[in-house]
This record gives sequence, structure tokens and C-alpha cells, in this order.
Amino acid sequence: MSYQLDFASLVPYLPEFAAGVWTTIELTIISTLGGLALGTFCAQGRISNEAWLRRTCACYIEAVRNTPFIVQLFFIFFGLPALGLKMTAWQAGMIAMIINLGAYSAEIIRAGIEAAPKGQWEAGKTLGLTRRQIFMHIILPPAYQRVYPALVSQSIIVMLGSAVVSQISVEELTFAANFVQSRSFLSFESYMLAAVIYLVLAILMRQAFGLLKCIAFKNPSL
Amino acid sequence: MVQFTDWDILKNLLLAARWTILLSLLAFAGGGLFGLILTLLRSMRNTFITRVIQCYVEVFQGVPLLMQLFLTFFGLSLLGIEVDAWTAAILSLTLFSSAFFHDIWRGCIEALPKGQWEACRTLGFTYMQTMRYIIVPQAMRMSIAPTVGFSVQIVKGTALASVIGFVELTKAGTMINNAVFEPFKVFALVALLYFVICFPLSVLARYLESKNHVTR
Amino acid sequence: MSLVSLDEVHKYYGENHVLKGVDLRVNAGEVVSIIGRSGSGKSTLLRCLNGLEEYQQGAVIVDNQSVENDDYKLRLLSRSVGMVFQNFNLFPHMTVGENVMLATKLVLKKSVTESRQLAEELLAKVGLADKFDAYPGNLSGGQQQRVAIARSLAMSPKVLLCDEITSALDPELVGEVLKVLEQLKEEGMTLILVTHEMNFARDVGDRVVFMNQGKVWETGPSDEVFANPQTDELKSFLAAVR
Ligand SMILES: Nc1ncnc2c1ncn2[C@@H]1O[C@H](COP(=O)(O)OP(=O)(O)OP(=O)(O)O)[C@@H](O)[C@H]1O
Ligand SMILES: [Mg+2]
Repeated sequence: MSYQLDFASLVPYLPEFAAGVWTTIELTIISTLGGLALGTFCAQGRISNEAWLRRTCACYIEAVRNTPFIVQLFFIFFGLPALGLKMTAWQAGMIAMIINLGAYSAEIIRAGIEAAPKGQWEAGKTLGLTRRQIFMHIILPPAYQRVYPALVSQSIIVMLGSAVVSQISVEELTFAANFVQSRSFLSFESYMLAAVIYLVLAILMRQAFGLLKCIAFKNPSL
Repeated sequence: MVQFTDWDILKNLLLAARWTILLSLLAFAGGGLFGLILTLLRSMRNTFITRVIQCYVEVFQGVPLLMQLFLTFFGLSLLGIEVDAWTAAILSLTLFSSAFFHDIWRGCIEALPKGQWEACRTLGFTYMQTMRYIIVPQAMRMSIAPTVGFSVQIVKGTALASVIGFVELTKAGTMINNAVFEPFKVFALVALLYFVICFPLSVLARYLESKNHVTR
Repeated sequence: MSLVSLDEVHKYYGENHVLKGVDLRVNAGEVVSIIGRSGSGKSTLLRCLNGLEEYQQGAVIVDNQSVENDDYKLRLLSRSVGMVFQNFNLFPHMTVGENVMLATKLVLKKSVTESRQLAEELLAKVGLADKFDAYPGNLSGGQQQRVAIARSLAMSPKVLLCDEITSALDPELVGEVLKVLEQLKEEGMTLILVTHEMNFARDVGDRVVFMNQGKVWETGPSDEVFANPQTDELKSFLAAVR
């Protein structure tokens, strides 16, 4: 092999990488929060008594789960403005990520809800709680706990998926790597560095969720 | 300027969808084969091999697929191998899916009750006999549903090959959109075609899974 | 006027006619045990009393409220009728104290301090004062069932329904739960128990109801019914369980 890898020459570009990492983190945090909220709402919609709500949520979930993220992104960023919905690339990327995680987490959370023993609903009823109170206080928290590992994995997948929003010029980590390689011609090194950073982010995210778990769920595992 | 009718758009997209399907099939086959090899290697229970495979899976599940595509594309050319988008896409999708397939299948093997192993030990089976007659048949039945489920991820993964210039469905969509500038229509159609490919697979996976639950 | 009254109650699960005209009256302060073979409709009867199951014909009146399939009315009813389940149905993500306080806070809208004080009293009463901050998953079955009793008492119900509440327990833990029931009886609580504990039914229960084929087949004061069963079905049932 004649080529010598040259990571040292990337040093001047570290600020670009840092800015990209920050945007990736920002996108991840907001989309995780938004996506899980949307997912919870749709999981509830999927088991609602209203047929139209059940059907709407099911369509949304299937549409998102059976199309590539990059197409969703292009549809939102290029397609929707044609209908008069103007947005910045950052906003489009954010929306696409939330919508994506929303659909996947809805299915995960629904599985957690459906795994609740019937007796939990009945106990809530005999205590006089409303359906909504039972759902919020009795069914939902253990449902999150049951599917927590799957939610963590899905959030990490969405973080990794954020690389794709570079394709609409959101200046996150992959965009930074593209930029640096076009300037420095160190393409392999730039992408290698970005890949390592993603890997570290994924590991850190898992750690952070692990910590959160200890804070959120104090009861013995279900 | 060429005039595109809606029919022209759809026809071109359909033609491009063939490449999406072909790429998916190749990645599925390649990833499946390589994933199988990994699973067999790991079942040898050599600590070193296990560790290496764990790292392999961790890396391919912890780095964006897009980044994997870039690295394959540019990495191979560094090694002096002239690569086209085809080779890079197939290679990286194969590696990517092998990690996931391996993870799925290992999970199925490990999900079998420990009693199965213990029963075989008391019957005097060798390790290979236990695998061959007891573990693999059961694990295989369990793994069909998630394997079909993951094939949906592969189809969607092929869309990223558009970024390195491979002309499949998504790339065709962007190219056509550049010509006709009707992004809403074009990308809706692109999404619809992906849906037509993926949805039956999703339904099949769900059906197989529910069947699995009943028989167990 | 009885606290609980059922008139000609019929209940179907699809084609399956489960309750075939049940008549029953329970007065305040009475302890009634319901016995009978598996599938005779004991649980169904109990669940019709608090609206967990709908019935198709007849009338169920509890504490002057008619039991109907109406969410709002059933929520009102839940203040009069408590229920303890065979498998406890405690909320696993809440501490023992939170389990007991949940309904007083959400339904009775009591303040946290008031709810807490009540929960502490009730837990002390079932002998679990020291478990306020424990999680159900860390308790024994007998302890969990006592928490479940405390939880339903928090709504200060007029009648407590118990469906085989000792069946899921290891034999050595049954006693501690039955002791709580005895104590409740002494305090004048109305209890309707589905039970397989014949000794308990005889010694503590005021009255026994023998269910058979979806009907109240035989009923009367506990000691009489056990000493002198009238129908062949009850005789063979008692012979079988002894
Ligand atoms: N949710 C249900 N759906 C359909 N049928 C039911 C349902 N619950 C009970 N049944 C049927 O109703 C009948 C009475 O059941 P029930 O649970 O009341 O009996 P039980 O006397 O409590 O028996 P056990 O001693 O086994 O608890 C049975 O034939 C049962 O199969
Ligand atoms: Mg029963």
C-alpha cells in the first residue's frame, strides 16, 4: 500500500467538525424528545376507540416505516414548499427526524402498552380512575419501562440517520466531513474521523440513556 | 426541453426501481451469506473470535450507513482498487446487513431456553449434534420473521446508494425532478414505489411473527 | 334496604349463558362467602357487582346506586365498592405508599399530606407500616395482597369484593391475609368473598352462597350450610373439597 494515511492534516479543520457534531447533537436531542412525544401520542391513537384516529395513526406509521428516510426528507424539503410550506433545511431535517422516530416509537410503545396485564386496567377502574388517568398513571410508565431498550436503540438509529440530512445541506457532522474532504482532499481520513465520532456518539448516547434509566425507573424490573 | 408526461415520470421511476430491487437482492444474499459465516464462527465459542465479531457488529451498527458507503467508496480507491458506485454499494450494503443478520440470528439462538441445551447434554449429544438437530432447526423457525423484517431495512438502505451516484429509484427521482421540477409529485411517486416494495414484506414479517407466537 | 341486591341477573358471554337468574341480598356488615365449582360463575357474579362485567338482564343495586354500563356512574360506584384481585394487580412502578395514595389523590382529590396520612394508617392496619417506600416487586405475595387490601380501603368503600385473594399465595402466607379480613369483619366491613378456604368460610363468614350452573343453588348461615347441606350438588362439592 503506497498511500499514507494523514490524519494530522485534519487538525486545522477540527472547528468544522466540532460545529458539525454540535448540530448533530442538537438535532438528536430535539428529535428524540419530539419523536417520543409523537410516538406516545400515536401509540395512544392506535388503541383509541375512535376508528378514524386509529386508521390515521396506522397509515402514518406504515407510510413512514415502509419508505426510506432520505425520500421522506426530500419530500418534506423539496416537495412541501411546492405546496407553499416554506422551511429552512434545518427545520426540514428536524421535522423529518421527528416524524421518522415518531412512527417507529409508536409501534414500540404500543407493544409496551398492549403487554400491560388486563388486571392493571381493572384495578384502575375499580379505584374509580378515568380511562385517561389509568392510561397516564398506570399503563404508560411500565409500558415505557418494558420497551425502554428498544426505544434507546431506535433513538440511536435516528441519531445515525441524521447523517442523511447532510444531503439537504444541514451543516451537521456528515456535512462537515464532506466539506473538509472537498477542501483538504483527505476524503478517507475525513470520513474515518466522522465515523469514529458517530460511533462515540452512539456509545455515549447508550450510556446517557442507561443513566436516565436508573433515575426514571427505581422499581425492580418488570 | 424535453416534455415529461406523468406517464413518462412513472415509467422512468419504474425502470430505476429494477436497480433498487436488484441491489436489495444482492445485498440480502451477500449479507445473509456473510452473516451466516459470522454466526457459525461465533458458535465456535472462541473468546477471541467472539470479541472480534462483537466489535464488528458494534461498528456497523454504530456508524451511519451513509458513512459506511463513503468509507467503502473512498477507502477502496485508496487501496488502489478502482471502484464504481455499483461495487461500493453492494459491498457496503453486504457488510452492513451481515452485521444485522448476525445479530438477529445470534439473538434467536440465545433465546432458546437453556433447558434445551441441558436436555441434550443429559442425552449425551455432542456440541455439533446439539446445534445440528436441536438448536438450529428451532432458531431457524424463530428467525424467519425478523429476517424478513430486516429485508425492509435493506430495501430502504439501498436508497442511500443514490448519494454515491448509483442510479436507483431515489437518484432517478432527483434526476427527474431536476428536469421537470415537480418535487411534490415526483417524490410522492418515489415514496409510493418504495412503499409498494416494502409494505408487503412488512406485512409478511408481521404475519410470520404472529404465527410464531401461536405455535410457541 | 340491603346494601347489595341482585334481582334475576342474567349474564351471557356470547352464546354462553353464565349467570342464569341470580338473586342475592347482602346487608351492611355481613360477611358472605361464595363457593362453588370452577366455571360456576362466581367471579362473573362478583364482577357484575362493580361493573367490570356488563349483565344483560335483571338489576344490580349497590349502595342505592344501580350498576349500569356508564363510565361516569361506575366511577361514582367505585367509591362504594372496593375490589381485591387474586393476583394483586398492584402497580409495579409505584411504591407501596404511592399505590395506596393514588386513588385518594386522583379520584377523591385529597391533598398529598392527607392522602399520605391515610395511606400510613391503612398500611399500619395491615401490618406493613415499614413498607411504605418499598416497591411491590420486592414484597412477598402475602405482603402484596395486604397492600392491595389497603389500597382498596383507601377509598373507604362500603363493601369489599375479594376474588380468591389467597389462591395465588404460598400456603404459609395465606394466614396473614385472612387475619386482615377477620379484622375488617370486626370493624363492621361488609365483605363478599369468593373463596376456596372452607374453614375460613365456615368460621368467619356469616353466610354461605353456593353457586352452581350459574345460579345461587343453596344459601344460608355458614354453620348450618356446612353442617347440614340440603342439595346433592352441595354435598358432593363439599365432599370433594374436603
Ligand atoms: N371473559 C370471558 N369471556 C368468555 N367467557 C368467559 C369469560 N370469563 C369467564 N367466562 C366463562 O364464564 C363461565 C364462568 O366463569 P367464572 O370465571 O365466573 O367462573 P368461576 O366460578 O369464577 O370459576 P373459577 O373457580 O375457576 O374462578 C365459565 O364458563 C367461563 O368459561
Ligand atoms: Mg373465578
